[in-house]
Amino acid sequence: MEWSVFQQYGPSLLRGFGNTIICWALGTVFAMALGLVIALIQRYAPRWVTWFVQAYIEVIRGTPFLVQLFVLYYGGPLVGLRLDALPAGLLGLTIYGSPYFAEIFRSGFRAVPHGQIEAARAIGMAETDIVRRILLPLGLVSSLPALVNFSIILTKETVILSIITVPELLYQVQRMSAETFRYVEANLVLALFFWGLVETISRVGRRLETRITKHLIERT
Amino acid sequence: MVAASSVEMRKVNKYYDKFQALKDIDLSILPGKVTCLIGPSGSGKSTLLRCINFLEEYDSGEVRIDGQLIGYDAPNKKMSGRKLREMRRSIGMVFQQFNLWPHMTARENVAEGLIRVRRMSKAEAQRRAAEALVKVGLADKMENHPSRLSGGQQQRVAIARALAMEPKLMLFDEPTSALDPELVGEVLSVMRTLASEGMTMVVVTHEMGFAAHVADQVGFMEKGELVGVDSPDRILHRPEDARIQSFLRTYHERNSF
Ligand SMILES: Nc1ncnc2c1ncn2[C@@H]1O[C@H](COP(=O)(O)OP(=O)(O)OP(=O)(O)O)[C@@H](O)[C@H]1O
Ligand SMILES: [Mg+2]
Repeated sequence: MEWSVFQQYGPSLLRGFGNTIICWALGTVFAMALGLVIALIQRYAPRWVTWFVQAYIEVIRGTPFLVQLFVLYYGGPLVGLRLDALPAGLLGLTIYGSPYFAEIFRSGFRAVPHGQIEAARAIGMAETDIVRRILLPLGLVSSLPALVNFSIILTKETVILSIITVPELLYQVQRMSAETFRYVEANLVLALFFWGLVETISRVGRRLETRITKHLIERT
Repeated sequence: MVAASSVEMRKVNKYYDKFQALKDIDLSILPGKVTCLIGPSGSGKSTLLRCINFLEEYDSGEVRIDGQLIGYDAPNKKMSGRKLREMRRSIGMVFQQFNLWPHMTARENVAEGLIRVRRMSKAEAQRRAAEALVKVGLADKMENHPSRLSGGQQQRVAIARALAMEPKLMLFDEPTSALDPELVGEVLSVMRTLASEGMTMVVVTHEMGFAAHVADQVGFMEKGELVGVDSPDRILHRPEDARIQSFLRTYHERNSF
Protein backbone atom coordinates (compact mmCIF):
# COMPACT_ATOMS: atom_id res chain seq x y z
CA MET A 1 0.00 0.00 0.00
CA GLU A 2 1.13 3.45 -0.79
CA TRP A 3 -0.75 6.23 0.94
CA SER A 4 1.36 9.27 0.11
CA VAL A 5 -0.60 9.82 -3.12
CA PHE A 6 -3.42 11.08 -1.00
CA GLN A 7 -1.48 14.21 -0.14
CA GLN A 8 -1.90 15.18 -3.74
CA TYR A 9 -5.30 13.67 -4.47
CA GLY A 10 -7.01 14.13 -1.09
CA PRO A 11 -8.63 17.47 -1.92
CA SER A 12 -10.06 16.29 -5.24
CA LEU A 13 -11.38 13.13 -3.62
CA LEU A 14 -13.06 15.21 -0.93
CA ARG A 15 -14.58 17.44 -3.57
CA GLY A 16 -15.77 14.33 -5.35
CA PHE A 17 -17.35 13.06 -2.19
CA GLY A 18 -19.04 16.41 -1.66
CA ASN A 19 -20.48 16.20 -5.16
CA THR A 20 -21.65 12.66 -4.50
CA ILE A 21 -23.52 13.81 -1.43
CA ILE A 22 -25.07 16.73 -3.29
CA CYS A 23 -26.15 14.52 -6.20
CA TRP A 24 -27.55 11.94 -3.84
CA ALA A 25 -29.38 14.40 -1.60
CA LEU A 26 -30.93 16.49 -4.36
CA GLY A 27 -31.60 13.48 -6.57
CA THR A 28 -33.35 11.70 -3.71
CA VAL A 29 -35.45 14.70 -2.76
CA PHE A 30 -36.52 15.34 -6.35
CA ALA A 31 -37.18 11.67 -7.08
CA MET A 32 -39.18 11.35 -3.89
CA ALA A 33 -41.23 14.42 -4.72
CA LEU A 34 -41.96 13.16 -8.23
CA GLY A 35 -42.72 9.72 -6.83
CA LEU A 36 -45.22 11.21 -4.40
CA VAL A 37 -46.95 13.11 -7.19
CA ILE A 38 -47.10 9.94 -9.27
CA ALA A 39 -48.56 7.96 -6.35
CA LEU A 40 -51.24 10.59 -5.80
CA ILE A 41 -52.08 10.63 -9.51
CA GLN A 42 -52.35 6.85 -9.47
CA ARG A 43 -54.80 7.10 -6.59
CA TYR A 44 -56.98 9.98 -7.66
CA ALA A 45 -56.67 10.69 -11.39
CA PRO A 46 -59.11 9.33 -13.97
CA ARG A 47 -58.38 5.87 -15.34
CA TRP A 48 -56.87 6.97 -18.66
CA VAL A 49 -54.33 9.22 -16.95
CA THR A 50 -53.18 6.39 -14.71
CA TRP A 51 -52.51 4.28 -17.81
CA PHE A 52 -49.96 6.80 -19.03
CA VAL A 53 -48.36 6.99 -15.63
CA GLN A 54 -48.27 3.21 -15.41
CA ALA A 55 -46.54 3.05 -18.79
CA TYR A 56 -43.93 5.54 -17.54
CA ILE A 57 -43.34 3.40 -14.46
CA GLU A 58 -42.91 0.25 -16.54
CA VAL A 59 -40.47 1.85 -18.98
CA ILE A 60 -38.28 3.45 -16.32
CA ARG A 61 -38.21 0.38 -14.12
CA GLY A 62 -37.60 -1.86 -17.10
CA THR A 63 -34.42 -0.16 -18.32
CA PRO A 64 -30.97 0.27 -16.72
CA PHE A 65 -30.08 3.64 -15.23
CA LEU A 66 -26.94 3.69 -17.33
CA VAL A 67 -28.98 3.57 -20.53
CA GLN A 68 -31.43 6.22 -19.31
CA LEU A 69 -28.56 8.54 -18.51
CA PHE A 70 -26.95 8.01 -21.92
CA VAL A 71 -30.20 8.71 -23.69
CA LEU A 72 -30.77 11.84 -21.64
CA TYR A 73 -27.28 13.29 -21.89
CA TYR A 74 -26.23 12.28 -25.38
CA GLY A 75 -29.64 11.89 -26.95
CA GLY A 76 -31.20 14.96 -25.30
CA PRO A 77 -29.45 17.49 -27.58
CA LEU A 78 -30.99 15.78 -30.63
CA VAL A 79 -34.40 16.91 -29.40
CA GLY A 80 -33.15 20.25 -28.10
CA LEU A 81 -32.55 19.25 -24.49
CA ARG A 82 -28.98 20.37 -23.90
CA LEU A 83 -27.97 19.99 -20.26
CA ASP A 84 -24.69 20.28 -18.40
CA ALA A 85 -23.43 17.13 -16.77
CA LEU A 86 -24.63 17.91 -13.24
CA PRO A 87 -28.20 18.99 -14.09
CA ALA A 88 -28.46 16.05 -16.48
CA GLY A 89 -27.29 13.75 -13.71
CA LEU A 90 -29.81 15.14 -11.24
CA LEU A 91 -32.63 14.93 -13.76
CA GLY A 92 -31.55 11.37 -14.53
CA LEU A 93 -31.60 10.39 -10.86
CA THR A 94 -35.00 12.01 -10.44
CA ILE A 95 -36.48 10.12 -13.34
CA TYR A 96 -34.81 6.87 -12.44
CA GLY A 97 -35.82 6.94 -8.77
CA SER A 98 -39.36 8.27 -9.15
CA PRO A 99 -41.19 5.05 -10.05
CA TYR A 100 -39.64 3.18 -7.14
CA PHE A 101 -40.60 5.93 -4.74
CA ALA A 102 -44.06 6.04 -6.29
CA GLU A 103 -44.52 2.35 -5.58
CA ILE A 104 -43.34 2.83 -2.00
CA PHE A 105 -45.83 5.64 -1.45
CA ARG A 106 -48.60 3.69 -3.17
CA SER A 107 -48.26 0.78 -0.81
CA GLY A 108 -47.84 3.18 2.11
CA PHE A 109 -51.19 4.74 1.23
CA ARG A 110 -52.76 1.32 0.94
CA ALA A 111 -51.58 0.53 4.46
CA VAL A 112 -53.74 3.34 5.85
CA PRO A 113 -56.87 1.58 7.15
CA HIS A 114 -59.83 2.45 4.96
CA GLY A 115 -61.96 3.01 8.06
CA GLN A 116 -59.86 6.01 9.04
CA ILE A 117 -60.50 7.59 5.65
CA GLU A 118 -64.21 6.79 5.94
CA ALA A 119 -64.34 8.36 9.39
CA ALA A 120 -63.08 11.58 7.82
CA ARG A 121 -65.58 11.36 4.97
CA ALA A 122 -68.39 10.70 7.43
CA ILE A 123 -67.85 14.02 9.21
CA GLY A 124 -67.83 15.81 5.86
CA MET A 125 -64.12 16.45 5.39
CA ALA A 126 -63.09 17.50 1.89
CA GLU A 127 -60.97 15.04 -0.06
CA THR A 128 -57.98 17.42 -0.15
CA ASP A 129 -58.07 17.78 3.62
CA ILE A 130 -58.29 14.01 3.97
CA VAL A 131 -55.16 13.65 1.86
CA ARG A 132 -53.29 16.35 3.74
CA ARG A 133 -54.34 15.49 7.27
CA ILE A 134 -54.91 11.72 7.24
CA LEU A 135 -53.58 9.93 4.16
CA LEU A 136 -50.22 11.69 3.85
CA PRO A 137 -49.09 11.61 7.49
CA LEU A 138 -50.15 8.02 8.03
CA GLY A 139 -49.01 6.86 4.60
CA LEU A 140 -45.60 8.48 5.04
CA VAL A 141 -45.09 6.81 8.37
CA SER A 142 -45.71 3.37 6.98
CA SER A 143 -43.52 4.17 3.96
CA LEU A 144 -40.59 5.40 6.01
CA PRO A 145 -38.48 2.22 6.27
CA ALA A 146 -38.82 1.55 2.55
CA LEU A 147 -38.04 5.19 1.73
CA VAL A 148 -34.83 5.07 3.74
CA ASN A 149 -33.94 1.76 2.15
CA PHE A 150 -34.34 3.02 -1.39
CA SER A 151 -32.49 6.25 -0.57
CA ILE A 152 -29.57 4.05 0.46
CA ILE A 153 -29.73 2.18 -2.83
CA LEU A 154 -29.66 5.53 -4.62
CA THR A 155 -26.36 6.53 -2.95
CA LYS A 156 -24.68 3.84 -4.97
CA GLU A 157 -26.45 4.70 -8.19
CA THR A 158 -24.78 8.12 -8.11
CA VAL A 159 -21.49 6.57 -9.25
CA ILE A 160 -23.07 6.01 -12.65
CA LEU A 161 -23.12 9.79 -13.10
CA SER A 162 -19.34 9.51 -13.66
CA ILE A 163 -19.96 8.24 -17.19
CA ILE A 164 -21.46 11.56 -18.17
CA THR A 165 -18.45 13.29 -16.52
CA VAL A 166 -20.12 14.51 -13.33
CA PRO A 167 -17.07 15.00 -11.08
CA GLU A 168 -18.40 12.86 -8.23
CA LEU A 169 -16.39 10.45 -6.16
CA LEU A 170 -16.02 7.57 -8.61
CA TYR A 171 -14.99 10.01 -11.31
CA GLN A 172 -12.20 11.37 -9.08
CA VAL A 173 -11.17 7.90 -7.95
CA GLN A 174 -10.84 6.74 -11.53
CA ARG A 175 -8.83 9.79 -12.47
CA MET A 176 -6.48 9.17 -9.55
CA SER A 177 -6.12 5.47 -10.38
CA ALA A 178 -5.36 6.20 -13.99
CA GLU A 179 -2.69 8.72 -13.09
CA THR A 180 -1.03 6.86 -10.21
CA PHE A 181 -1.96 3.19 -10.79
CA ARG A 182 -2.99 3.03 -7.11
CA TYR A 183 -6.19 1.13 -7.88
CA VAL A 184 -6.48 -0.67 -4.55
CA GLU A 185 -5.98 2.39 -2.37
CA ALA A 186 -8.30 4.52 -4.46
CA ASN A 187 -11.10 2.00 -4.43
CA LEU A 188 -10.65 1.36 -0.73
CA VAL A 189 -11.22 5.06 -0.12
CA LEU A 190 -14.30 4.91 -2.34
CA ALA A 191 -15.68 2.00 -0.34
CA LEU A 192 -14.98 3.71 3.00
CA PHE A 193 -16.69 6.92 1.94
CA PHE A 194 -19.81 5.08 0.79
CA TRP A 195 -19.91 2.90 3.84
CA GLY A 196 -19.79 6.01 6.05
CA LEU A 197 -22.54 7.69 4.05
CA VAL A 198 -24.83 4.68 4.08
CA GLU A 199 -24.27 4.09 7.77
CA THR A 200 -25.17 7.70 8.55
CA ILE A 201 -28.33 7.61 6.46
CA SER A 202 -29.57 4.40 8.02
CA ARG A 203 -28.91 5.69 11.53
CA VAL A 204 -30.77 8.92 10.88
CA GLY A 205 -33.56 6.89 9.29
CA ARG A 206 -33.90 4.63 12.30
CA ARG A 207 -33.96 7.55 14.67
CA LEU A 208 -36.61 9.30 12.62
CA GLU A 209 -38.68 6.13 12.60
CA THR A 210 -38.63 5.71 16.36
CA ARG A 211 -39.55 9.31 16.86
CA ILE A 212 -42.39 9.38 14.40
CA THR A 213 -43.98 6.07 15.35
CA LYS A 214 -43.81 6.66 19.08
CA HIS A 215 -47.53 7.36 19.36
CA LEU A 216 -48.61 4.87 16.77
CA ILE A 217 -47.42 1.71 18.43
CA GLU A 218 -50.05 -0.19 20.38
CA ARG A 219 -49.47 -0.84 24.04
CA THR A 220 -48.29 -4.32 24.78
CA MET B 1 -83.22 18.74 23.56
CA VAL B 2 -81.13 18.66 20.41
CA ALA B 3 -82.40 19.35 16.94
CA ALA B 4 -83.11 15.96 15.44
CA SER B 5 -83.51 14.68 11.89
CA SER B 6 -85.95 12.26 10.35
CA VAL B 7 -84.92 9.50 7.96
CA GLU B 8 -87.05 8.02 5.18
CA MET B 9 -85.92 5.06 3.11
CA ARG B 10 -88.09 4.06 0.15
CA LYS B 11 -87.53 0.96 -1.99
CA VAL B 12 -83.77 1.12 -1.49
CA ASN B 13 -81.79 -1.46 -3.44
CA LYS B 14 -78.07 -2.07 -3.37
CA TYR B 15 -76.02 -4.47 -5.46
CA TYR B 16 -72.43 -5.63 -5.18
CA ASP B 17 -72.03 -6.75 -8.79
CA LYS B 18 -74.68 -9.46 -9.16
CA PHE B 19 -75.21 -9.89 -5.43
CA GLN B 20 -78.15 -7.97 -4.01
CA ALA B 21 -77.21 -6.73 -0.55
CA LEU B 22 -80.37 -4.66 0.06
CA LYS B 23 -83.81 -5.55 -1.25
CA ASP B 24 -86.53 -2.90 -1.40
CA ILE B 25 -85.79 -1.44 1.99
CA ASP B 26 -88.59 0.72 3.43
CA LEU B 27 -87.88 2.38 6.75
CA SER B 28 -89.23 5.48 8.47
CA ILE B 29 -87.49 7.06 11.40
CA LEU B 30 -89.08 9.95 13.23
CA PRO B 31 -87.05 12.79 14.76
CA GLY B 32 -85.63 11.92 18.18
CA LYS B 33 -86.40 8.22 17.88
CA VAL B 34 -83.99 5.34 18.38
CA THR B 35 -84.03 2.53 15.83
CA CYS B 36 -82.06 -0.66 16.43
CA LEU B 37 -81.21 -3.03 13.61
CA ILE B 38 -80.59 -6.67 14.39
CA GLY B 39 -80.11 -9.77 12.30
CA PRO B 40 -77.61 -12.45 11.36
CA SER B 41 -74.14 -11.70 10.03
CA GLY B 42 -74.10 -10.74 6.37
CA SER B 43 -77.78 -9.80 6.33
CA GLY B 44 -77.02 -6.22 5.23
CA LYS B 45 -77.29 -4.24 8.46
CA SER B 46 -74.06 -2.31 7.91
CA THR B 47 -74.88 -1.76 4.27
CA LEU B 48 -78.27 -0.28 5.17
CA LEU B 49 -76.75 1.96 7.82
CA ARG B 50 -74.02 3.17 5.48
CA CYS B 51 -76.56 4.07 2.81
CA ILE B 52 -78.03 6.62 5.21
CA ASN B 53 -74.92 8.83 5.01
CA PHE B 54 -74.10 7.57 1.51
CA LEU B 55 -70.80 5.98 2.53
CA GLU B 56 -72.34 3.14 0.56
CA GLU B 57 -73.98 4.19 -2.70
CA TYR B 58 -77.42 2.68 -3.12
CA ASP B 59 -78.43 1.85 -6.67
CA SER B 60 -82.14 2.66 -6.65
CA GLY B 61 -84.81 3.97 -4.34
CA GLU B 62 -84.58 6.98 -2.06
CA VAL B 63 -82.95 7.86 1.20
CA ARG B 64 -84.16 11.16 2.59
CA ILE B 65 -82.85 13.06 5.58
CA ASP B 66 -85.38 15.65 6.74
CA GLY B 67 -87.02 15.22 3.38
CA GLN B 68 -83.84 15.90 1.40
CA LEU B 69 -82.57 13.16 -0.88
CA ILE B 70 -78.99 12.15 -0.03
CA GLY B 71 -76.44 11.13 -2.65
CA TYR B 72 -78.50 12.00 -5.71
CA ASP B 73 -79.99 15.21 -7.09
CA ALA B 74 -82.34 13.11 -9.20
CA PRO B 75 -82.47 9.42 -10.04
CA ASN B 76 -79.13 8.49 -11.67
CA LYS B 77 -77.71 11.97 -11.14
CA LYS B 78 -75.13 11.97 -8.38
CA MET B 79 -75.06 14.83 -5.95
CA SER B 80 -71.97 17.05 -6.01
CA GLY B 81 -69.25 16.29 -3.46
CA ARG B 82 -69.78 19.63 -1.82
CA LYS B 83 -73.50 19.07 -1.30
CA LEU B 84 -72.92 15.57 0.01
CA ARG B 85 -70.32 16.83 2.51
CA GLU B 86 -72.75 19.51 3.58
CA MET B 87 -75.36 16.85 4.38
CA ARG B 88 -72.86 14.60 6.12
CA ARG B 89 -71.91 17.38 8.51
CA SER B 90 -75.11 16.81 10.40
CA ILE B 91 -74.92 13.02 10.38
CA GLY B 92 -72.55 11.50 12.91
CA MET B 93 -71.21 7.99 12.50
CA VAL B 94 -69.59 5.61 14.96
CA PHE B 95 -67.82 2.49 13.69
CA GLN B 96 -67.19 -0.92 15.17
CA GLN B 97 -63.42 -0.40 14.86
CA PHE B 98 -63.51 3.16 16.29
CA ASN B 99 -61.42 4.46 13.35
CA LEU B 100 -59.71 7.15 15.37
CA TRP B 101 -56.75 8.82 13.68
CA PRO B 102 -53.75 7.31 15.45
CA HIS B 103 -51.38 10.24 14.88
CA MET B 104 -53.63 12.66 16.78
CA THR B 105 -54.45 12.90 20.46
CA ALA B 106 -58.01 12.34 21.67
CA ARG B 107 -58.56 16.06 21.70
CA GLU B 108 -57.04 16.56 18.23
CA ASN B 109 -59.25 13.78 16.89
CA VAL B 110 -62.31 15.65 18.07
CA ALA B 111 -61.05 19.09 17.04
CA GLU B 112 -60.09 18.06 13.50
CA GLY B 113 -63.59 18.15 12.06
CA LEU B 114 -64.38 21.41 13.79
CA ILE B 115 -61.31 23.03 12.23
CA ARG B 116 -61.49 21.53 8.72
CA VAL B 117 -65.24 21.23 8.26
CA ARG B 118 -66.80 23.82 10.51
CA ARG B 119 -63.93 26.23 9.93
CA MET B 120 -63.50 27.10 13.61
CA SER B 121 -60.35 28.68 14.94
CA LYS B 122 -57.90 26.24 16.51
CA ALA B 123 -58.49 27.63 19.98
CA GLU B 124 -62.26 27.46 19.70
CA ALA B 125 -62.08 23.93 18.29
CA GLN B 126 -59.79 22.78 21.09
CA ARG B 127 -62.19 24.23 23.66
CA ARG B 128 -65.22 22.52 22.12
CA ALA B 129 -63.27 19.28 21.79
CA ALA B 130 -62.47 19.39 25.49
CA GLU B 131 -66.16 19.94 26.29
CA ALA B 132 -67.20 17.01 24.14
CA LEU B 133 -64.62 14.77 25.80
CA VAL B 134 -65.76 15.81 29.26
CA LYS B 135 -69.27 14.88 28.24
CA VAL B 136 -68.24 11.30 27.47
CA GLY B 137 -66.27 11.07 30.71
CA LEU B 138 -62.76 11.49 29.34
CA ALA B 139 -61.65 14.73 30.98
CA ASP B 140 -58.39 13.14 32.11
CA LYS B 141 -57.48 11.42 28.83
CA MET B 142 -57.64 14.30 26.39
CA GLU B 143 -53.94 14.42 25.56
CA ASN B 144 -53.63 10.64 25.08
CA HIS B 145 -53.09 9.17 21.66
CA PRO B 146 -55.50 6.36 20.74
CA SER B 147 -52.74 3.81 21.31
CA ARG B 148 -52.78 4.83 24.97
CA LEU B 149 -56.53 4.39 25.43
CA SER B 150 -58.62 1.31 26.16
CA GLY B 151 -61.16 0.16 23.58
CA GLY B 152 -64.03 1.65 25.54
CA GLN B 153 -62.23 4.96 25.86
CA GLN B 154 -61.39 4.98 22.16
CA GLN B 155 -65.02 4.39 21.28
CA ARG B 156 -66.10 7.22 23.56
CA VAL B 157 -63.59 9.53 21.83
CA ALA B 158 -65.11 8.44 18.52
CA ILE B 159 -68.57 9.32 19.85
CA ALA B 160 -67.28 12.69 21.07
CA ARG B 161 -65.72 13.29 17.64
CA ALA B 162 -69.11 12.77 16.02
CA LEU B 163 -71.06 14.74 18.66
CA ALA B 164 -68.75 17.76 18.52
CA MET B 165 -70.01 18.38 14.98
CA GLU B 166 -73.48 18.87 16.51
CA PRO B 167 -75.18 16.26 14.33
CA LYS B 168 -78.93 15.84 14.13
CA LEU B 169 -78.68 12.12 13.46
CA MET B 170 -76.26 9.51 14.79
CA LEU B 171 -75.44 6.21 13.11
CA PHE B 172 -73.82 3.43 15.13
CA ASP B 173 -72.44 0.28 13.49
CA GLU B 174 -71.97 -2.32 16.22
CA PRO B 175 -70.30 0.21 18.51
CA THR B 176 -69.61 -2.32 21.26
CA SER B 177 -68.79 -5.45 19.26
CA ALA B 178 -65.02 -4.92 19.36
CA LEU B 179 -65.00 -4.29 23.12
CA ASP B 180 -64.20 -6.57 26.01
CA PRO B 181 -67.44 -7.33 27.91
CA GLU B 182 -66.50 -5.17 30.90
CA LEU B 183 -66.06 -2.12 28.64
CA VAL B 184 -69.41 -2.41 26.85
CA GLY B 185 -71.33 -0.71 29.65
CA GLU B 186 -69.48 2.60 29.54
CA VAL B 187 -70.19 3.02 25.83
CA LEU B 188 -73.84 1.98 26.10
CA SER B 189 -74.37 4.42 28.94
CA VAL B 190 -73.11 7.31 26.78
CA MET B 191 -75.49 6.19 24.05
CA ARG B 192 -78.38 5.93 26.49
CA THR B 193 -77.79 9.51 27.62
CA LEU B 194 -77.73 10.64 24.03
CA ALA B 195 -81.03 8.90 23.35
CA SER B 196 -82.62 10.54 26.36
CA GLU B 197 -81.53 13.93 25.05
CA GLY B 198 -83.65 13.35 21.97
CA MET B 199 -81.05 12.45 19.33
CA THR B 200 -82.28 10.48 16.35
CA MET B 201 -80.23 7.30 16.43
CA VAL B 202 -79.86 4.27 14.18
CA VAL B 203 -77.96 1.51 15.92
CA VAL B 204 -76.81 -1.79 14.46
CA THR B 205 -76.26 -3.96 17.50
CA HIS B 206 -76.19 -7.38 19.06
CA GLU B 207 -76.93 -5.87 22.47
CA MET B 208 -80.52 -7.06 22.83
CA GLY B 209 -80.80 -5.47 26.26
CA PHE B 210 -80.03 -2.06 24.77
CA ALA B 211 -82.49 -2.66 21.95
CA ALA B 212 -85.21 -3.75 24.37
CA HIS B 213 -84.82 -0.82 26.75
CA VAL B 214 -83.73 2.10 24.62
CA ALA B 215 -85.09 1.53 21.13
CA ASP B 216 -88.40 2.98 19.97
CA GLN B 217 -88.43 0.50 17.11
CA VAL B 218 -86.41 -2.58 16.21
CA GLY B 219 -85.79 -3.76 12.67
CA PHE B 220 -84.87 -7.33 11.86
CA MET B 221 -82.84 -7.98 8.72
CA GLU B 222 -82.20 -11.18 6.84
CA LYS B 223 -80.62 -11.78 3.44
CA GLY B 224 -80.84 -8.12 2.48
CA GLU B 225 -84.47 -7.78 3.49
CA LEU B 226 -85.92 -5.76 6.32
CA VAL B 227 -88.18 -8.56 7.49
CA GLY B 228 -89.93 -6.63 10.20
CA VAL B 229 -89.89 -3.26 11.94
CA ASP B 230 -91.91 -2.90 15.08
CA SER B 231 -91.78 -2.08 18.79
CA PRO B 232 -88.96 -3.77 20.71
CA ASP B 233 -91.52 -5.85 22.55
CA ARG B 234 -93.17 -7.20 19.41
CA ILE B 235 -89.86 -8.03 17.70
CA LEU B 236 -87.86 -9.28 20.67
CA HIS B 237 -90.48 -10.86 22.93
CA ARG B 238 -93.44 -11.77 20.73
CA PRO B 239 -92.08 -12.19 17.21
CA GLU B 240 -94.51 -13.67 14.73
CA ASP B 241 -92.11 -14.21 11.87
CA ALA B 242 -90.42 -17.63 12.02
CA ARG B 243 -87.09 -16.16 10.86
CA ILE B 244 -87.00 -13.76 13.80
CA GLN B 245 -87.97 -16.53 16.20
CA SER B 246 -85.18 -18.75 14.96
CA PHE B 247 -82.61 -15.93 15.11
CA LEU B 248 -83.56 -15.12 18.70
CA ARG B 249 -83.47 -18.79 19.65
CA THR B 250 -79.86 -19.08 18.44
CA TYR B 251 -79.06 -15.85 20.22
CA HIS B 252 -80.47 -17.06 23.52
CA GLU B 253 -78.73 -20.41 23.23
CA ARG B 254 -75.40 -18.72 22.64
CA ASN B 255 -75.88 -16.41 25.62
CA SER B 256 -77.11 -18.91 28.20
CA PHE B 257 -74.98 -21.29 30.17
N1 LIG C 1 -67.70 -4.26 -0.61
C1 LIG C 1 -68.43 -5.39 -0.77
N2 LIG C 1 -68.31 -6.12 -1.89
C2 LIG C 1 -69.03 -7.24 -2.05
N3 LIG C 1 -69.89 -7.72 -1.16
C3 LIG C 1 -70.07 -7.04 -0.04
C4 LIG C 1 -69.34 -5.84 0.23
N4 LIG C 1 -69.71 -5.37 1.44
C5 LIG C 1 -70.62 -6.24 1.90
N5 LIG C 1 -70.85 -7.23 1.03
C6 LIG C 1 -71.81 -8.34 1.20
O1 LIG C 1 -73.07 -7.79 1.47
C7 LIG C 1 -73.74 -8.53 2.46
C8 LIG C 1 -74.17 -7.62 3.59
O2 LIG C 1 -73.02 -7.15 4.27
P1 LIG C 1 -73.12 -6.28 5.59
O3 LIG C 1 -71.74 -5.91 5.95
O4 LIG C 1 -74.09 -5.20 5.37
O5 LIG C 1 -73.70 -7.34 6.60
P2 LIG C 1 -73.97 -7.15 8.16
O6 LIG C 1 -75.41 -7.49 8.39
O7 LIG C 1 -73.51 -5.83 8.61
O8 LIG C 1 -73.08 -8.31 8.79
P3 LIG C 1 -72.22 -8.30 10.15
O9 LIG C 1 -73.19 -8.55 11.27
O10 LIG C 1 -71.29 -9.46 9.96
O11 LIG C 1 -71.52 -7.00 10.25
C9 LIG C 1 -72.78 -9.61 2.91
O12 LIG C 1 -73.19 -10.83 2.31
C10 LIG C 1 -71.45 -9.18 2.40
O13 LIG C 1 -70.68 -10.29 2.02
MG1 LIG D 1 -71.91 -5.16 9.86
